[in-house]
Amino acid sequence: MTTIDKTAGLPEPRSGRDGGTPLLEVRDLHVEFHTRDGVAKAVNGVNYTVDAGETLAVLGESGSGKSVTAQAIMGILDMPPGKIPQGEILFRGEDMLAMSNEERRKIRGQKIAMIFQDALSALNPVLSVGYQLGEMFRVHQGLSKKQAKAKAVELMERVRIPAAKERVNDYPHQFSGGMRQRIMIAMALALDPDLIIADEPTTALDVTVQAQVMDLLAELQQEFNMGLILITHDLGVVADVADKIAVMYAGRIVETAPVHELYKRPAHPYTRGLLDSIPRLDQKGQELYAIKGLPPNLTRIPTGCAFNPRCPKAEDICRTETPVLHQVTEQGGGEIAGRGSACHFWKETIHG
Amino acid sequence: MADLNKGEEPVDRKSDVSATEAAEAAEPAGAVEAAIEAPVERGEPILQVRNLVKHFPLTQGILFKRQIGAVKAVDGISFDLYQGETLGIVGESGCGKSTVAKLLMLLETATSGEVFYKGQDITKLSGRALRAVRRNIQMVFQDPYTSLNPRMTVGDIIGEPFDIHPEGAPKGDRRRKVQELLDVVGLNPEYINRYPHQFSGGQRQRIGIARGLALNPEIIICDEPVSALDVSVQAQVINLMEKLQDEFNLSYLFIAHDLSIVRHISDRVGVMYLGKMAEIGTDAEIYDHPTHPYTQALLSAVPVPDPEAREGRERIILTGDVPSPANPPSGCRFRTRCWKAQDKCATEVPVLAIPERFKDSETLAAHESACHFAEEKDVVHAA
Repeated sequence: MTTIDKTAGLPEPRSGRDGGTPLLEVRDLHVEFHTRDGVAKAVNGVNYTVDAGETLAVLGESGSGKSVTAQAIMGILDMPPGKIPQGEILFRGEDMLAMSNEERRKIRGQKIAMIFQDALSALNPVLSVGYQLGEMFRVHQGLSKKQAKAKAVELMERVRIPAAKERVNDYPHQFSGGMRQRIMIAMALALDPDLIIADEPTTALDVTVQAQVMDLLAELQQEFNMGLILITHDLGVVADVADKIAVMYAGRIVETAPVHELYKRPAHPYTRGLLDSIPRLDQKGQELYAIKGLPPNLTRIPTGCAFNPRCPKAEDICRTETPVLHQVTEQGGGEIAGRGSACHFWKETIHG
Repeated sequence: MADLNKGEEPVDRKSDVSATEAAEAAEPAGAVEAAIEAPVERGEPILQVRNLVKHFPLTQGILFKRQIGAVKAVDGISFDLYQGETLGIVGESGCGKSTVAKLLMLLETATSGEVFYKGQDITKLSGRALRAVRRNIQMVFQDPYTSLNPRMTVGDIIGEPFDIHPEGAPKGDRRRKVQELLDVVGLNPEYINRYPHQFSGGQRQRIGIARGLALNPEIIICDEPVSALDVSVQAQVINLMEKLQDEFNLSYLFIAHDLSIVRHISDRVGVMYLGKMAEIGTDAEIYDHPTHPYTQALLSAVPVPDPEAREGRERIILTGDVPSPANPPSGCRFRTRCWKAQDKCATEVPVLAIPERFKDSETLAAHESACHFAEEKDVVHAA
């Protein structure tokens, strides 16, 4: 995009799918890091798709590979030590991993934008927020400093920062945590991207502010029909905003499901364990259910199913054979759309 | 000696604390220590906090510093901690909950106010008596990555309290004692010579808990003990803490921002806002019958892990941020974000007491709430 379009307020409405190609498709993505202790396999064959207007929540604990996948999509992975030995990331059908740096740079920020977890360290402390927001327009659209600043004010108003005109020259430390996160959102929205990746956007915020920020994000997403990948470990946030969920464990997707289905009847013992370990009202005074053990070291992922040392259902087959993502079906045999479980015993888990 | 059994005496919740204070001033230091050693019956107050205030001065100038104001981090807080119970303290960041923890640990000096431990005002103690108190009040910190010295082995970390309080364990016995503690918190006793970096976050938090337990304290102050941990590990640590409470008869002051975990572990819950206690009561009173608008907003903002609830749920979304504690609003501190605020709220500071309208009520709404217009509203179950 080289033309300067001053009226570029609202984008044209986007259709859900253009001729059947999803907005973003990740195919069999692998990422590994070469460290002194050996090769850490952070992502081991991840597949997912996101359509316009859809919210995919990627759920997982620290070290499950959820953020690394996002960084690979954005093309901001540190390489080396990171390496993508195999896999494809298709944006509107084109493999981004095969593109030149220049081509990728055109997509990054304009088509796919990212919201980081910690706004204080993601923003540059020595530049005013107006300058940082305006940078998007100066670099990608070639606007002048003055025009860029005007656009920055517009953006700040869009994410409902009060007195945007007066605050545009303030520095990040002069804003509260919630306001900083709004600036991050404004920056991601600047060029009307098709897809936003939000990496734990509210983890550092208080619940009352978290509610404000999530509401804003959902509203803007609807307004501009964007795809959203929400990376989080908070089962509550996921239940509030997601359309579909991918649960990750040790670099793999262990379960995929539409949001209502997942909470009602999980098909993987890990998901079930996570849901059971949420404190519930009727269990007060009793021991909480806890998944035993610890997440595996990524340089030594257990053979077979990575979850087997912690799984209450594990049998011999789990220690030798890596389960593929099985299509989950109803008891009668009918497929449940969008549901998959990488467990040898998914039938017992969901129906048992 | 009358003071000896101060702690054992069934003290009324709002006991006349000035009498205790007067008596204490006259007694010799040895008596204080004896009072501290005396056991407290289950269900009696072990820690009574009265009008605790901490203002951090704001200064200007380099050579001639003059005070231009103060950050009112804690501004007049009173509560009781009963023996064997868990009191949860919740609130947003900056509300002063961690400062309360530091004041109770005597890591900060209170600007004014009293903290009575078994009837002794610990803010005025010094020397041997203070050491005896410190042994009985221990702390578990939030971040298991920064609260353990990376250059010390686990054995040294857990054994360090014994260096300061040698009466806790005789010298030759320490290694065994440390191994015992490791076992108690569910770590392999053979790990005694390992360093913190060799452990995961959950295991480190267990080390922090073992260190807190070393001197056999009566009170443990936990400042966000699980918020840095993964979901699946959080449950393990919470279970461990509950088990230890039963085993060692501990009283917990449990500071956290995760409301569902606080509800699970706490017997009573206090809600703080901008240096003041907004509402305090049993867990059922606070969660099912909140009467303070801030508590209601806080509870309704918590995401519920149930997608079925997302359409019907009523949510109170507060506007704006918490005001600066250096310049808090007049009257009720919550009034700038409150939807019920009226003129009265700007002029009169609401006191923390059972609201007039619920005084004779038998329902759970009859608990202390600092609001002029306290009103019951069930936000957790509202569909």
